[in-house]
Amino acid sequence: MSRTELLSPEGLRIDGRRPAELRKITSTTCVLSQADGSAYLEHGNTKVLAAVYGPREARHRALVLHDRAILNVELNVAPFSTGERRRRSKNDKRLLEMASFVKQTFEPVVIATLYPRSQIDIYLQVIQHDGGTLQACINATTMALIDAGIAMTDYVCACTAGWVEREAAIDLNYIEESSDTSEVTIAMLPKSSKITLTQMESRLHVDKLEEVFRLAGEGCKQMYEVMDKTIRDRAEDLARKMAV
Amino acid sequence: MLRQKAFMKKTKSGKVLKVVKEHYLRDDIWCSIETCKVCEHTESVLSTVPSINKAFSLPHYIIPDTNIFINQIDVMEHALITNVIVLQTVLEEVKHLSLPIYNRVRDIIANKEKRFYVFSNEHHRGTFIEKLKDESPNDRNDRAIRVATKWYGNHIKDFNPRVSVVMMTDDVGNRDKATADGLQSISVKWYIEALGNAEILDMMSSAKDLDDGQKSIYDEHLSPAHVSNGIKSGKYLQGKLGISSHNYLEGSIYTKINGEEGTILIVGRSNLNRAVDGDIIAVELLPKSEWRTTPTGVVVDEDEEQAEEESLKAEQEAAASAAKEDAVMAEPEAEKPASAEGHKLDTPQPCGKVVGIIRRNWRQYCGFIDRKSVHTPAGSSAPVNVLFYAMESKIPKIKIRTRQAHTLLGKRIIVAIDSWPRTSRYPIGHFIRALGEAGDKSTETEVLLLEHDVPFHEFSKQVLSFLPVEGENWVVKPEHFAGREDFRSLNVCSIDPPGCTDIDDALHVVPLPNGNYQVGVHIADVTHFVKPGNVMDQEAASRGTTVYLVDKRIDMLPSLLGTNLCSLRSNVERLAFSCIWELNDAAEIVSVRFTKSVIASKASLTYEEAQNRIDDANMQDDVTAGIRILNMLAKKLKQRRLDMGALTLASPEVRFSLERDTQDPVDVEMKELKETNALVEEFMLLANISVGRKIYEKFPDSAMLRCHPQPPSANFEKLEKAVARFGIEIDHSTSKTLSDSLDNAVLPDEPYFNKLLRIMTTRCMMQALYFCSGAQIEQEFRHYGLATDIYTHFTSPIRRYSDVMVHRQLHAAIDSSLSYGDEITDKEKMNDLCGNLNHRNRMAQQAARSSVELFTHLFFKNKTEEEEGYVIRILKNAFIVLVPKYGIEGIVYASAKVPKTDSTAEAGSAAPQPILVYNPETDCLQSTETLAEGETPKTQVQLFQKVMVQISIDDDLKGGGEGGMRQKLKMELLKPWIEGISVHGTANKDDPEAHAVTSTKSNNKREDAPVKAQDKKRASKRTKA
Repeated sequence: MSRTELLSPEGLRIDGRRPAELRKITSTTCVLSQADGSAYLEHGNTKVLAAVYGPREARHRALVLHDRAILNVELNVAPFSTGERRRRSKNDKRLLEMASFVKQTFEPVVIATLYPRSQIDIYLQVIQHDGGTLQACINATTMALIDAGIAMTDYVCACTAGWVEREAAIDLNYIEESSDTSEVTIAMLPKSSKITLTQMESRLHVDKLEEVFRLAGEGCKQMYEVMDKTIRDRAEDLARKMAV
Repeated sequence: MLRQKAFMKKTKSGKVLKVVKEHYLRDDIWCSIETCKVCEHTESVLSTVPSINKAFSLPHYIIPDTNIFINQIDVMEHALITNVIVLQTVLEEVKHLSLPIYNRVRDIIANKEKRFYVFSNEHHRGTFIEKLKDESPNDRNDRAIRVATKWYGNHIKDFNPRVSVVMMTDDVGNRDKATADGLQSISVKWYIEALGNAEILDMMSSAKDLDDGQKSIYDEHLSPAHVSNGIKSGKYLQGKLGISSHNYLEGSIYTKINGEEGTILIVGRSNLNRAVDGDIIAVELLPKSEWRTTPTGVVVDEDEEQAEEESLKAEQEAAASAAKEDAVMAEPEAEKPASAEGHKLDTPQPCGKVVGIIRRNWRQYCGFIDRKSVHTPAGSSAPVNVLFYAMESKIPKIKIRTRQAHTLLGKRIIVAIDSWPRTSRYPIGHFIRALGEAGDKSTETEVLLLEHDVPFHEFSKQVLSFLPVEGENWVVKPEHFAGREDFRSLNVCSIDPPGCTDIDDALHVVPLPNGNYQVGVHIADVTHFVKPGNVMDQEAASRGTTVYLVDKRIDMLPSLLGTNLCSLRSNVERLAFSCIWELNDAAEIVSVRFTKSVIASKASLTYEEAQNRIDDANMQDDVTAGIRILNMLAKKLKQRRLDMGALTLASPEVRFSLERDTQDPVDVEMKELKETNALVEEFMLLANISVGRKIYEKFPDSAMLRCHPQPPSANFEKLEKAVARFGIEIDHSTSKTLSDSLDNAVLPDEPYFNKLLRIMTTRCMMQALYFCSGAQIEQEFRHYGLATDIYTHFTSPIRRYSDVMVHRQLHAAIDSSLSYGDEITDKEKMNDLCGNLNHRNRMAQQAARSSVELFTHLFFKNKTEEEEGYVIRILKNAFIVLVPKYGIEGIVYASAKVPKTDSTAEAGSAAPQPILVYNPETDCLQSTETLAEGETPKTQVQLFQKVMVQISIDDDLKGGGEGGMRQKLKMELLKPWIEGISVHGTANKDDPEAHAVTSTKSNNKREDAPVKAQDKKRASKRTKA
């Protein structure tokens, strides 16, 4: 039983956080001038860049929907994002799956009927990976979409939570994720507390599920505050510049 | 505040990775001192007025460094040491160095009275430090400890200037630096000495001072790198050392030699080179010319060496004893050429030499102090070095330093080994605690529980909190019927041994209209009460099994469950897990189903009562009729099982009748088996097999099953040779052939022979083991003894944890809507659990056996009995006799003992004179006279030979004699008369008259009658004394 102690009896996690604490979040928007909207987000050492192009004319005629826009999500993980350098193919099933998660998350939130016959492209680049890639991707996408001025019903905030040894904990890092903890990612609309995505790949006892869900929800709300502040600061900044 | 930790790591495959981790520093880590106003802790661990010690003017908190915990954990566990701040730095280092010690530190921290507080200094903003350039990790950690000490010092000053903190370290350099920083520091030794308590002083681990002046006795161990390279290249072999239970200077490892599994013998002190039983060692093979062909010898005289203090003398003796061993070894070697060529079977056994120790298996040992090693006058409290004997004869003597030598004499104590330097003949250890007077029943019982690693502490409050709140008044309520079948109207009854309070199985049978029978086995539904993962479950999992001793029982589950709520007592409603078959008239299974149920047993019978009901034609009630049908079916089941090749084995088990108040044994009887025992057993086997199939079907990767491997043919070699003498052949190729040949092995003039043969066959068997179905291939699932392809344990969940697990798996298998965690699906966890259960089981068996042994000793105290016995094992210089009446075994030495009193002057020459020598050709001991071709030796001792022995207790309890305080059953040979062996000079060395008797005795050899009479006389004398 010489496995690493993920949660010490003193109640501290491996990096010194307590179970209900998020990692340090840094975020900015409008980082790429080429894109219509972009955002850069850090969850501790997980770093993601999101770029949104569109709404613009759809590339493939066959895919065009006459009453609304289509979403297109592409996800790429940099070879240098993990300790071990590894190049992933574009057709990596994990990446395609994750991209489709992001797409499904945003389809009901983006008001696509405003942009008929068009396409919105979302490009996600994971620069550094330290657990919680999916939540970071979703959060970064939300901010990039807002930055692009695309109409949405609400923010989408995502957070992971899992059962670490004997307690529920949120925002798992790579070590916690990889040592066989069951992990749930949920994406939430913070105003209505509606959930647009839940994703879980391992087994988790039903008795524990409720607690994990509750904590993940709280994590989403915390995320919302951080993201909202960034967006508002950015908007204020722009407003100030326009006034001048 | 955020810091990054980055370091390079090498993976298993050899790649170098850069690992980056986040490291958060916090402001909310509190000091945990009661009166502190600054910190916001709710529960304070450290008291306002901490420890007081003469060495310091102020009361203080102690901050120990890593090595204090690693080297002096016993001192830290002592009740006198309280108010200790354990730094996270220290804790992590301890964990890295030694997991067992880390667990012990965690136990101390969990103990509220010890007031040990863990201060997470690495995550505290004020005490975190970065590693400096050119600073080694050790230096950084030492500095971190000093910084934390300083922080605490300043912190306390703010609100309570009359207390201080003290850093405890044995590192002089660290202490100097601390003084330079203006911190208080002290070594353990000074601290403990200032406390002035003899007990805790003895518990201090001896400092590892390497005295270069002394000559080293042992070869140096190779460096770990050297050893691992050697093992990779095949130069050295790795294995777990198992010391022979008859000879502590002989061990063996089981390993692969040139691709073949085999045993390597390691003989003699210098070859063993400081390895202790259970250590993982690296061994170098000796050249073939030094390999051995003889069987295990016995160390006749455990005191062959003088005490350690006379190191020079000991030196010479070491040489002498080594020479002696060589001589003993060389002797049969000289005969070898003739015999070896005659008998190709006797290939020499490979021998080896320990070159390095990979992992120590030192634990705490129970034992006693050797009286002869105590030289100070009574009452003196000066520290002296004394020798300690462990109860386990496989452990070498341990040198300890104590100030309470005289108070500890005659007591059982616990000792730990600290180190074994090259210069010391014996390992060096320290005293931990005293258990009580030797020979006292409760002390001895505690000793045997400790020695077998049986957890016997009371259930903690936390465990008990998971019992139903209603306690004794718990009853089956309507809501319990959800998902359960109502079997209350069935005629269920239980049959158990007399006095059984934990009834976990009950039976019923109903004749069906189609001529078949519905048979149900109902097992106590323990898992209704024991939910997975809670503290009670964890406790039960770690205990693994209930341990049955002669006079008491160490429960796996709290007794409220075991003997009441789960126990299927008569006339109360109980929850059960039922296995229901439809059997036809030939007892073949037509169908089987499993269900949770509620039953109300109509009768709980003993085997005897059940038997009487069957036999009594007047009894015609439903329950009796049911038992009769069950009995009929059981006989058919048994017959079919035997036809399949199930073995009927035997063990010489006995039952003690205890005196009611004192629990002293007054009589002993063989365990008797009745027809009804077999009845219950048959249906339990049937249930276990059916359940095994079911759970394997549902959980092919993680089912908990039980297998019994086929014994390797090497186990049977000696037995085959021995019975060949009687014209009997043993064919062990399958269990069927073995069972047949056992059935045919009957000697008309020796009725006990068949039973004896079965007992000895039992000893050739492998141990049955729990395993996880995903960890083995399906062919290995077989249960050899029961001749079935799958088997598990389902029927005794009250006393075995494996059954609890099987219940959970079966429940998950029959109820698809049930939610369950990974404890029943995770292959790895299941494997770990099986390992623990196998260990606990083995230990429980051994503890039970030791308990019987203890009671046998108590029974024979002040008694001398003459009994018939059989030779069941031949050793090089002794043979082992089994006495069926008492089910005991003892060693009879084949060498004349030289009385110790005469030989103290010339200790080295006290080599025992062999009277009988071992003949490897016939595997028997024979007299030494030279033989002509074809002539049988005058006297010989061989396997299965019937002998008369006199049994008594080596009444040497208080130490001072040869056996020290290890109680020993003494067996002396009466018949056949063998000159030199049947005369025991040592038995009555303090009785001149007896000496006279024995000397006359040797004149009338071969006349048994007078000898017996004299022995009786001697016996009566002893009882008077």
